[in-house]
Amino acid sequence: MTDLGTSPDGVQFRFRDDEMVDHASVTVDAFLEQSNSSAVRIEPGDDARDLLPHLDRIALVEVNFPVYGDGRGYSAARVLREEGYTGEIRAVGDVLVDQLNNMRRCGFDAFQPDVAMNEADAQAALDTWPEVYQATTDGRNPIWNIRHGVGPNE
Amino acid sequence: MYQYDKYDQAMVDARVAEFRDQAQRRLEGKLSEDQFKPLRLMNGLYLQLHAYMLRVAIPYGTLNSAQMHVLADIADKYDRGYGHFTTRQNIQYNWIKLEDAGDILADLAKVEMHAIQTSGNCIRNISSDHFAGAAQDELVDPRPYAELLRQWSSFHPEFMYLPRKFKIAVIASDTDRAAMRLHDIGIQIVEKDGEIGASFYVGGGMGRTPMIAPNIREFVPLDQLITYSEACLRVYNRYGRRDNKYKARIKILVHELGAEEYTRQVEEEFAHLLEQGIEPPLAELERIKPYFADPAFEDGAKTVDRSDPDFALWVDRNTHRHKHDSYVSAVISLKPVGGIPGDATAEQMHLMADLAKEYSFDEMRVMHTQNVVLPHVKIADLHALWTKLDAADLGTPNLDQIGDIIACPGLDYCSLANARSIPLAQKISERFAEGGKQDKLGELKLKISGCINACGHHHAGHIGILGVDKKGVENYQLSLGGSEAEDTALGKITGRGFDEEGVLNAVDTVTDVYLAKKEDGERFLDTYNRIGMAPFKEALYD
Repeated sequence: MTDLGTSPDGVQFRFRDDEMVDHASVTVDAFLEQSNSSAVRIEPGDDARDLLPHLDRIALVEVNFPVYGDGRGYSAARVLREEGYTGEIRAVGDVLVDQLNNMRRCGFDAFQPDVAMNEADAQAALDTWPEVYQATTDGRNPIWNIRHGVGPNE
Repeated sequence: MYQYDKYDQAMVDARVAEFRDQAQRRLEGKLSEDQFKPLRLMNGLYLQLHAYMLRVAIPYGTLNSAQMHVLADIADKYDRGYGHFTTRQNIQYNWIKLEDAGDILADLAKVEMHAIQTSGNCIRNISSDHFAGAAQDELVDPRPYAELLRQWSSFHPEFMYLPRKFKIAVIASDTDRAAMRLHDIGIQIVEKDGEIGASFYVGGGMGRTPMIAPNIREFVPLDQLITYSEACLRVYNRYGRRDNKYKARIKILVHELGAEEYTRQVEEEFAHLLEQGIEPPLAELERIKPYFADPAFEDGAKTVDRSDPDFALWVDRNTHRHKHDSYVSAVISLKPVGGIPGDATAEQMHLMADLAKEYSFDEMRVMHTQNVVLPHVKIADLHALWTKLDAADLGTPNLDQIGDIIACPGLDYCSLANARSIPLAQKISERFAEGGKQDKLGELKLKISGCINACGHHHAGHIGILGVDKKGVENYQLSLGGSEAEDTALGKITGRGFDEEGVLNAVDTVTDVYLAKKEDGERFLDTYNRIGMAPFKEALYD
């Protein structure tokens, strides 16, 4: 069973133990211009790489999904993880149970869906895949490595 | 051919269980149609004009007898006794009930098949050369590379919600039998300085804005194949247009950025991804390759007895040269005169499965031209094979002839279509078979799409026909000069469109022009390329 994690404040699932950021996030533009904020919100058209020079002072990146079918946020999250960002990445908006698994694989570790998910469905979704085909930064060793006794990201 | 190991099987089984649950929730009303739609699409289930349509993936078009028998059983048990082979080397069933979908997927999973990613804005079934592993002109068998890409693209966590659908083809010979440059990514396996690698063409496609893919990298080493593919996809996922569905394919991104700028961005992403260790070990490719090793070919007869002219004609038209001189690849035409292109009955599918087992090392291929190939048939067995095919109305000798029409399902089935494709294909096939004009025309590839989405590949037809809606009346535009082969070209529209009878006559007219003007050995396409559009236009409109 996957530990779903629970949290107040509209964040339905959170897979981390650290303190949540206690202030609202700012837009990428606002963050880059001024701001001592440690929380920033990425919209689908934003370039996550603009944040790279500042990763050490960010604790929360919210990635907004205005509609579930706009998949740019998956790349944004993965890019941030690949560049070494270890803070929270929270999926916000039109986030549905059927996307949970892929989002976890791309590096999201908190979920704030517009409409709360059924917890049993979420649990089932996260437990769907016994193994995975691709390597991401989530540490799971892909099938093509397991077959040949190779470790993750080797 | 490839066989699942426990990991591949577990992935498909997991998906079947997941979809069974989703379909159940829909049937119980816990999911609305809006909520269910993306889920069923990820599993190949479309809601069409009259019923659900299920599209089953046939990876790189290769299947064995047990799989074909199951496809036949599904046609019998859950559909109306037939299936439709598609231009994506897949099969579709047009009369499916939602409550059966879970059971169908479970039946498929038992023979290592599925309907995953046969629709939706994700990476679709990988297609390949239908003569792979048999053709004399190939560098290597392209299918191990296609299989590696299949694994990589299955359930890819980052690329399930791309701007639009994404199609990849892999070939390994200079002769292109897979319309490779009309794909989102076309890969040709090539050799450079004694090393095998992949040449990438990105941004081709048909649809309403047809484009021929430019080459963006001539050589990607095999130990970077997946990483480079990932870079191509990531740039597209991040920057492909999402404001307009009709401008969302990667061809528009490549066109608007320019191939050079797109390539620069891919190379930058590629350099970054190389640091991430996402490439499979080369040992995986080596594990896959033996599944596609040559069967045990035996020396035998190298010629046939041509005393039966019908048989001789079929051999001339429907067989393809094999790398072993005692074998050929034999094409089973699913285009009987007056028939529906690509349709096969359950009985015909069972027969093809049995014949593959008996004569072709238990293997078949679905062609993107909607026919079926027995890749490895002994020349000595050809007459016996043909006799059985002919008795089942599967021996039509029309490969690459005007009767070998590609047609989309059109307005008879499809909710997007503007015009009917199938009845027109049937009428053309009948008109040109009667009186023997087909025989005089030689190779002539005619393709029909019932709407601008171009599922019938009309842009790539030597003669292309596009159905449009003109003030509520079906109207057909004619185009000439397209090709999907290594000389890839897009057809040009002749002029104003025609009604159904008019377009039939127009095809007659342009083929008359060809017969009058052709020089020694020229195909229709060659004559068109030499004399240009003007003589055809004159005959049609003056």
